[in-house]
Amino acid sequence: MGEEIIIAIIKLLIFFFAMFTAAAYTTLAERKIMSYMQLRKGPNRAGPWGFLQPLADGIKFIFKEEIVPAHTDNKLFILGPLLMIAVSLMPWVAIPFGDKITIFGREVYMQLVDINTGALFMISISSLGVYGIILGGWASNNKFSLMGAVRASAQMISYELPLGLSLAAIFILSGTIGTRDIILKQIESPWQWNIFVQPLGFIIFFTSMLAETNRTPFDLAECDSELLAGYHTEYGGFKFSLFLFGEYINIITASAFMAVLYLGGWSIPFVNLHDLGLSDNLIGIISVFVVLAKTAFFVFVFIWVRWTLPRFRYDQLMDLGWKMLLPLSIVNLMITAAVVLFV
Amino acid sequence: MINVREKYLGSNDKMSFMDRIYLPAIFKGMFVTLKHMLFSKSVTTQYPEEKRVIAPRYRGRHVLKRDEQGRERCTACYCCAFICPASCIRIVAEEVTPEIQHNHPGEKYAKVFEIDLFRCIYCGFCQEACPKAAIFLEDIYELAVDSRDKFIIGKDVLVDKKGGPRKIRV
Ligand code: SF4
Ligand code: SF4
Repeated sequence: MGEEIIIAIIKLLIFFFAMFTAAAYTTLAERKIMSYMQLRKGPNRAGPWGFLQPLADGIKFIFKEEIVPAHTDNKLFILGPLLMIAVSLMPWVAIPFGDKITIFGREVYMQLVDINTGALFMISISSLGVYGIILGGWASNNKFSLMGAVRASAQMISYELPLGLSLAAIFILSGTIGTRDIILKQIESPWQWNIFVQPLGFIIFFTSMLAETNRTPFDLAECDSELLAGYHTEYGGFKFSLFLFGEYINIITASAFMAVLYLGGWSIPFVNLHDLGLSDNLIGIISVFVVLAKTAFFVFVFIWVRWTLPRFRYDQLMDLGWKMLLPLSIVNLMITAAVVLFV
Repeated sequence: MINVREKYLGSNDKMSFMDRIYLPAIFKGMFVTLKHMLFSKSVTTQYPEEKRVIAPRYRGRHVLKRDEQGRERCTACYCCAFICPASCIRIVAEEVTPEIQHNHPGEKYAKVFEIDLFRCIYCGFCQEACPKAAIFLEDIYELAVDSRDKFIIGKDVLVDKKGGPRKIRV
């Protein structure tokens, strides 16, 4: 039992460090990619290629004065960003970021906990993310923030449905709701990857994920041109950076979801590492990098979409959610169920 | 009767199926941004190291010119101060005494010539109005200083350091 706890703590520490670094560098990646798309150069003063920019940003955020506006509800005001970041980290409990390695004769799974209802857990936690936003917006005691928060919650609820339904199709296909098991079902060949088995489901899932993470074209919660910055208008300094981090961690989380659920986790197309005569531990480590690469790819797509598409109007957003994605995902679910049942 | 919806809002009705599912257009757009990212050259000017070539008629900060013999051209006629729409030129005129005649060809000269750069709108009227071709808006645009008073500049800053033939800018 003691060893279990130590392993868990080590995994947690590595994970926290990795996660915050990753989120920080996602901000840099976002700014770099955006500037190249807009024919600019982006941050390039802090270190080569702006490599130290996240560090500089972090220092700036920490040393800024902590302002709590007088008209806000103080406790909730501080709880908002904390909740946001806590909730954005939690789904990672169930996301496998690699196969397994053997250390000192123990099999260590590259996953914080292998819950056998992993996918459900991830999805339910990630939908809690809206509480941080609602609290932030409500406690700010400001019309625009509240409007942003209300929009965010309406949007998240509407897109939760297609998200869940397209996920249900995967559950039916793979006959399990454990994340690791879902990967093991896709591991054989890339044609078993759910993105090819469930292309429609993937598009629905991806769109809903964009909406869940409040990214453009669905960033109605922030919506600078109408709502200043929506729910985080009143936040500055470190508290704002928590919101920001939460948002970027959410993006990474969403990308990891898709890498795991739709791109077959750590399976490499047409290569079977066990045939190459590599040791199991090496394979385990390689598997982590494969998952990372797939996650990074989706992070790139998130950024790419953001700097390509304009924002939806609010009614268009609702139309898209309820009138297109929801029926489509139901159809997708029914077809999948029928195929599984009759074929 | 005009169908208002059709006339002004009707674009949604005429969308084809391909338009309605958004995806083809989205992929097209994403392709454009990807192309930009991978193949287009950035247009950024890396400012302090690189500087833009500015137009010959650019209107930056004022300079009070000297003539061929290095004497100040300005005769304190107040034309520029009158025409200035922002009233930001302050001139104190004084008679030229024999001791300073080597520097001032006219009968009057500007003892104090101050321009409030905060109020100036860089319209260039002063250089149009000047009968002596003494004031010009040159290509100086790095005007930042570290206190507000320094934005009111006097002759020490304004007067051209060297003399020489007058530079007429088109
Ligand atoms: S540029 Fe225009 S505003 Fe400025 S000093 Fe000359 S006349 Fe006045
Ligand atoms: S700068 Fe020209 S217009 Fe102004 S006072 Fe001197 S001579 Fe007259």
